[in-house]
Amino acid sequence: MYMSNIPRAFEDGKAFIAFLTGGDPRPDCTERFVLDMAEAGADLIEIGIPFSDPIAEGPAIQAANMRALASGTTVDRLFDVVGSVRRSTDVPIVFMTYLNPVFRYGYERFFRRCRDSGVDGIIIPDLPFEEKREVSCVSGRYGVDLISMVAPTSGKRIASIAREAEGFLYVVSSMGVTGVRRDIGTGVEAMVRMAREVTDVPIAVGFGIGTPEQAREIGGLADGVIVGSAIVEILSEHGPDAGPVLRDYVRRMKDSLSR
Amino acid sequence: MNKGRYGVHGGQYVPETLMNEILSLEGSYERLRKDPGFTAELDALLREYAGRPSLLYYAKNMTEDLGGARIYLKREDLNHTGSHKINNVLGQALLAKRMGKSRLIAETGAGQHGVATATAAALMGLECDIFMGRHDMERQSLNVYRMRLLGAEVHCVDSGTMTLKDAVNEAMKEWTRRVDDTLYVFGSVMGPHPFPMIVRDFQRVIGKEVRQQIMEKEGRLPDVLVACVGGGSNAIGLFYDFLGDDVRLLACEAAGRGVDTRETAATIATGSPGIFHGMRSYFCQDESGQISPVYSISAGLDYPGIGPEHAYLHDIGRAEYIPVTDGQAVAAFEYLARKEGIICAVESAHAIACAMDLAPGMPKDSVMVVNLSGRGDKDVASIARYRGEDVHE
Repeated sequence: MYMSNIPRAFEDGKAFIAFLTGGDPRPDCTERFVLDMAEAGADLIEIGIPFSDPIAEGPAIQAANMRALASGTTVDRLFDVVGSVRRSTDVPIVFMTYLNPVFRYGYERFFRRCRDSGVDGIIIPDLPFEEKREVSCVSGRYGVDLISMVAPTSGKRIASIAREAEGFLYVVSSMGVTGVRRDIGTGVEAMVRMAREVTDVPIAVGFGIGTPEQAREIGGLADGVIVGSAIVEILSEHGPDAGPVLRDYVRRMKDSLSR
Repeated sequence: MNKGRYGVHGGQYVPETLMNEILSLEGSYERLRKDPGFTAELDALLREYAGRPSLLYYAKNMTEDLGGARIYLKREDLNHTGSHKINNVLGQALLAKRMGKSRLIAETGAGQHGVATATAAALMGLECDIFMGRHDMERQSLNVYRMRLLGAEVHCVDSGTMTLKDAVNEAMKEWTRRVDDTLYVFGSVMGPHPFPMIVRDFQRVIGKEVRQQIMEKEGRLPDVLVACVGGGSNAIGLFYDFLGDDVRLLACEAAGRGVDTRETAATIATGSPGIFHGMRSYFCQDESGQISPVYSISAGLDYPGIGPEHAYLHDIGRAEYIPVTDGQAVAAFEYLARKEGIICAVESAHAIACAMDLAPGMPKDSVMVVNLSGRGDKDVASIARYRGEDVHE
């Protein structure tokens, strides 16, 4: 029986899940940044495959998508990046992207390459529960977890979604798009509780988290926290030389979860 | 066919945050479409406020000049707010009110849908926010001011290509921010189910009226129906009630500077299957699935996709999708003005161009109906610029 690599991320206390947009600012930076984050304590890395029209993203990640596309980032290039990363680390890695790039690549070919290069899962924000079968019947065959999301508006849907969750369950903390917020949604605890009743997969919370204080607070409610925009803003500010700042940030975030 | 599917096209590819809302919209719509109170209220609005039924005008000069088919123009340009968009917007605004919503949001390209939405919001006392690409705001500044006059807030969209596609992106994002009190009024037969169905149903009035009017005038069904297509709402509205009849259906896509250039918006001619903006359909995109920047002189047809039902009608060969260039559309715009004294929208001029090509080769006793989806006041300045005259609005 196939065992996903993703649960490993949740074995060392609360998981710190770090997102960056693949190819931002250039494809040749991504491998180094991923290793920096893994070495600094990130338990799982999300690599965004850039898309021209990322409708779930706020300004920070949208701009990162544009930078990555402008520098010639392709799906193939990011598979190669993961392949190289895998020579140095077995940290769980998931892709985050929109359905169209995956659809155009071909589900079969895409998930075969995920398996071959060592991608453990995928998050597709514009693939809701009702439509996921066309993807899950292929991703499942290649042992790639299709990670489901629940949102503050999900209500009773949480149970059905969580029941079929693979890898981890992604709890969207707040309404709207990605981006650092001062206040995280107040419904997180209830969403986590509803999901917990029907699933044993780890539960991680994302959208809006940027500071160690927020991470610690949300970490107290779930199994992991996901941080994207705050990391992408570091890359945006420091460009190819972001490494040291990035490592420092990830270390502080992971520390805040361990205490 | 599966719910919300047109062959392989359609579906509901939206973030989880919107799913409950979309399901609830579907439920409300299914209930209200059968509610005599709702349909009576909508019919009254269409009649008393929008000015329906719109005329079916026999274009005698055009018919004689082209020397073939008898040409009728369905005068959607004479509706209140100047286009077919009001048909859908009144329906959706009424739906929003019945669902207890207090705010409408919408995308707009040429501004016609934005103006229509702002109008309905004003009429029904709803808040209104319109998203419009920066480029479109520049080329359609009169409509921007019109929307503001009507009390809507117009949000300038600076991302991506700064046109219709990006306005849809931002409107969808805004909907995920604030969904409880808000209905996203899609302007075309696109987006996730149930929008392609709802918008089509509200636009069907065009075809239903044509059917009745042409029977009165000609005593028979038309041979050909012609409409322009961006997302495709005026086209599907005209076509839908004739799908089962022996009537040729022609939809004119915006080819921009030509389908062999990159400056085109002809989705069927140059696009490929994809999944975007909530639906599976055809899209202008590169081989890795990045949505292409598209171009047309017409801000209303400047969209890289097409509604899923059109994609299906194309797949099964029921409707034909014909690219029409900027040059052809501008020539048709000028032709209709001189021949019939009608200044039509540059979008609708794409359909006129196609009719001009086709009519001369058709028998004199054949009948063609062209949907004049909107009026052209908004386009006068841009047509002048196209002809090298510096006219300012």
